[in-house]
Amino acid sequence: MPGDLEDGRIVIVGASLAGLRAAEALREEGFTGSLTVVGDEPHPPYDRPPLSKQVLLGQATADTTGLPMRRDPDAEWRLGVRATGVDPLAKQVLLDDGESLPYDRLLITTGTRARPWPNQDEGALDGVFTLRTCEDGAALAERLAAGPERVLVIGGGFTGSEIASACRERGLEVTVAERGPAPLVGALGGTLGKLAAAMQRNHGVDLRTGVTVTALRGNGSFTGADLSDGSRVEADVCVVALGAIRNVEWLAESGLAAGPRGIACDAGCRAFDMYGIVTDDVFAAGDVSRFPHPLFGYQMLSLEHWGNAVEQAEVAAHNMVSPGPLRRPHLAIPTFWSTQFGLNIKSVGVPTYSDHVVIAQGSLEARRLAMVYGYQGRVTAAVTVDMAKSLDYYRHLIETAAPFPPPPGAADRAIAADIAVPSDVPDPSGLSHGPTVALTGYLPDRRLTVVQPTR
Amino acid sequence: MPSETLLARITDYASRPNPYPLYAELREAGPVVQQADGSYLVGTYHEIASLLHDPRMSADPRSRGEVTHKPPFLRLDDPEHHRLRTLAMRPFGPPHNPGRVDAMRGEIDRITKELMESFEAGRQIDVVDDFAYPLPVTVICRLLGVPHEDEPLFRAWSDALVAAADVRPEQDTTETDKAGDQARIEMGGYLVNLAEQRRGKPSDDMLSAFINEPDPALRLTQEELAETAVLLLIAGHETTVNLITNGVLTLLRQPEHLDQLRRDPDLLPRAVEELLRYEPPVHIRERIPLADIDVAGTPIAQGTPVVLVLASGNRDPRRFHDPERFDPTRPDNEHLGFGSGIHVCYGAPLARIEAQAALGALLPHLGTARLVQDPPPYRQNAMLRGPRHLPIQL
Repeated sequence: MPGDLEDGRIVIVGASLAGLRAAEALREEGFTGSLTVVGDEPHPPYDRPPLSKQVLLGQATADTTGLPMRRDPDAEWRLGVRATGVDPLAKQVLLDDGESLPYDRLLITTGTRARPWPNQDEGALDGVFTLRTCEDGAALAERLAAGPERVLVIGGGFTGSEIASACRERGLEVTVAERGPAPLVGALGGTLGKLAAAMQRNHGVDLRTGVTVTALRGNGSFTGADLSDGSRVEADVCVVALGAIRNVEWLAESGLAAGPRGIACDAGCRAFDMYGIVTDDVFAAGDVSRFPHPLFGYQMLSLEHWGNAVEQAEVAAHNMVSPGPLRRPHLAIPTFWSTQFGLNIKSVGVPTYSDHVVIAQGSLEARRLAMVYGYQGRVTAAVTVDMAKSLDYYRHLIETAAPFPPPPGAADRAIAADIAVPSDVPDPSGLSHGPTVALTGYLPDRRLTVVQPTR
Repeated sequence: MPSETLLARITDYASRPNPYPLYAELREAGPVVQQADGSYLVGTYHEIASLLHDPRMSADPRSRGEVTHKPPFLRLDDPEHHRLRTLAMRPFGPPHNPGRVDAMRGEIDRITKELMESFEAGRQIDVVDDFAYPLPVTVICRLLGVPHEDEPLFRAWSDALVAAADVRPEQDTTETDKAGDQARIEMGGYLVNLAEQRRGKPSDDMLSAFINEPDPALRLTQEELAETAVLLLIAGHETTVNLITNGVLTLLRQPEHLDQLRRDPDLLPRAVEELLRYEPPVHIRERIPLADIDVAGTPIAQGTPVVLVLASGNRDPRRFHDPERFDPTRPDNEHLGFGSGIHVCYGAPLARIEAQAALGALLPHLGTARLVQDPPPYRQNAMLRGPRHLPIQL
C-alpha cells in the first residue's frame, strides 16, 4: 500500500512558508507523483518576518526575502491564481481562472491575511497601510524612507510593536494606539506588557493604551485619526496592525470544518469535515489550521508562528505519504521570537495558557529576564527577554509538565522568583488585534479550581 | 574495567591518541556515570546539551567550595558573566562591530601564505610548530594589539595556565595550580601594562578599545581587564592550533576525503564543522549544580562536579547518524565543538575563518604529503586535546 501513497496527485493550496516546506518534505519522503502548488500571490514563496524588521529599517528590500529551497520540490507552480473552492466528492480544487485541479490528496496552507481597517473608505486613504505581503512591506518601507512627520500604528501586538520600533530606529515620530492595557499583552500577558510599555516610552514612542481609534481622517490622503478618549493624532502615515484573518472563506461550500478560527484538524493534520468526521485526503498546516495539543489541555490551538508552519507542514507531508500506523502527530512545543527596541524576545509554550507567572531569572529593571508561566501548578510557557540561551531548559520543563513555580537554583534567579502573580491574560475579545496564539476553547485564567503548588 | 574510573582512564596520558573507545564505553555505561571521587561524567549528546542550557548549572569553580580568585568570564555565572562577556564582545563582534572578524579574512590569508613560503615538496615540516601554532597566535596578537615579538614570553605563561586548567583526578595539582596562578598574574600584568600604553592613544585593537571605553558604566576594572585579556589571548590560540592540526591529521589519515576536498574546496566550511564534531579541540568542560538536580533519572547533589565530555556527545549515535565516520558533507551537524548555552564560544567565527583559510591553503600540498608519525605525540592536556607535534613529509 505505501507504494500507492507515494504516487498519485497532490495539490497544495497556499504557496508560502508552510506550502513550500510541505512540498519539499513530500519529495524528501519519497513522493514521486504529480505535485501542484497554488498561490494567489504572484511571487515564489518568501519570508515574512523580515518585512516588519530589516525591510522597514532599509537594511533589506522586500523583494529579497525569498525563501531558500532546501531541494527542488519538482512541483508545478500555479502562482497568481486564487483557489475558489473545493469539491470534496469530485476531489477537485476550483480556481478563479475557471480551471479545476483534480487531486488524490489535498493540503491546505492558505495562512492568514492582514485584518483591514473596518471602514473601507477610510482604509483606502493614501498613507494607510497594513503589513502582511511583500508589496505591503515595500510600500511602507518606501513611505518611511521618505521621512513622514508622524506614523500612527493601530494595534500594539507583535507586528505593531515591531513597526513602531523600526520607526523609532529611523528617527521617526510614532504613536501607538492599543485598546488593551499595554503592548504585547494579548500574547504575553500583563506583566511583560508593562515592560513592553516602558520600553516603548523609553524609546520615545507616544504610546496610548486603553483607547481605540474611532476614525481615520483625510481628504484623499491620511492626515490623522480620532481616538475614543476624544483626542486626535495628527499623522501622515497610518499602519493598521489589527491582527490577521484566516483565509478560509473559499472553503465555505467545501463541507470542511473551516471557520474564522481556522480549519479544525486532528493531531496528524487531517482536516475535519463540518460533522466532525475526520477526512483522510484533506490536510491542513500552518496559520490556517487549528489542532488539539495535549500539553495545553487538548485545546484547539491556532498558531501564527513561523516555526509552527515549518513543523506542521513537515508532519502533514509525512502523513500524506504514510500509511496509518506510520503517521505522526504534530506535538511540537510552540515557539516564536521578536526583536524590537533593541530587545530579543523569545517564547516557548503557550503564554496565554496560564494563570500565574514568576520572573525566574533576571529582572524587569535589568531588561533581561526569563518569565515562566504556569497553569494549575505546572509550567506551560516561558518568555525570555535577552536571555534566549535559557529557553531550551524551560522547553524541557514544559514538555515534562514540571511543577510551577520552577525549581530554584539559577545563578541569576530573581528575588521575585518565588512570588507567583496572576498572569493577567486578557480576554482575546478585548484586544484590538488578534493574539498570535488563539486558544479556541475556554480561557485558562477563568479557572474552576485553584491548585496551590505544594512548594 | 569499572566505569567509576573512566575519568582517570580518559585523563591518563596513554589514552590521548585515541580516547574515543573510552567515550563509547562511557555512553554504554549510561547517560550519567558516577566516578570513584564522587563526581559525575556525562557523555551523551542530549544530556550534555540540556545541562549546558540549564541555568542551575554553574561554571564557577567556587560553586564547589574551591577557594580561588575571581575567574575570567568563561568560568563565571550570570549576571556577572553576562556583563563581562558583553563588554569583551563589544570591540570584537556584533552588534557593535559586526564586520570585525569577517574583515580579517584577507589578513589571515596573507599570514597563511607567509607561513607557507618555505613549504616545498620533499621537505619535512612540523604542522604544529611551522603552521598551526604561529597562525592563530599572529592573528590574536594583531586583534588584541600584542606585539608579536613578545610571543615567546606569553607562550610559557600560556603553557602553565593551560596545564593548570586540565582535569587530573586523583593527582596532586598543587604545583601546577601554583604555577598557573603565577603565570596568570604575570600575564595579566603584562597585558594591562600594554593597554595602559594605549590610554588616550587608541589604535585599532581590542586592548585599546577596552582601555579607552568612554562610557564609565561599560569600563572594565583593571582586574577584569587583566582576566579578560588573558582569557582572550589564550582561548584565541590554544584551541585553533588543535583544530587545524587535527584537521591535517584527519585528512591525511583519510585520503578519500582529502581528495574529495581537493576536488571540491567549497566543501571546506562544512568539513570544518565536521572536524569540530569529529576531532574537537575542546573535549571536556566542568559544571557544578547550584541545586539538587536530576539528570536522566540520576539525582546529583548541589556542589558535586559534573564533567561534560563534549567530544563524546559529538559521537553519540542517538544524535548523529554513523557518528564514528568523518563525513565532510554531513547534514544536520549541530555539534558541541564550540559548547552551547551561555558560554558558547564567542571566538567561533574567528576560529572558523582561520581553520578554513589554513586547511584551504594547505590542501594543494597535502595530496602527496604523508604522516611521518602516526599517532603523533600528543600534548598532556585531556580537556584541550591535540598533537604536540605533527611531522609530515611534503
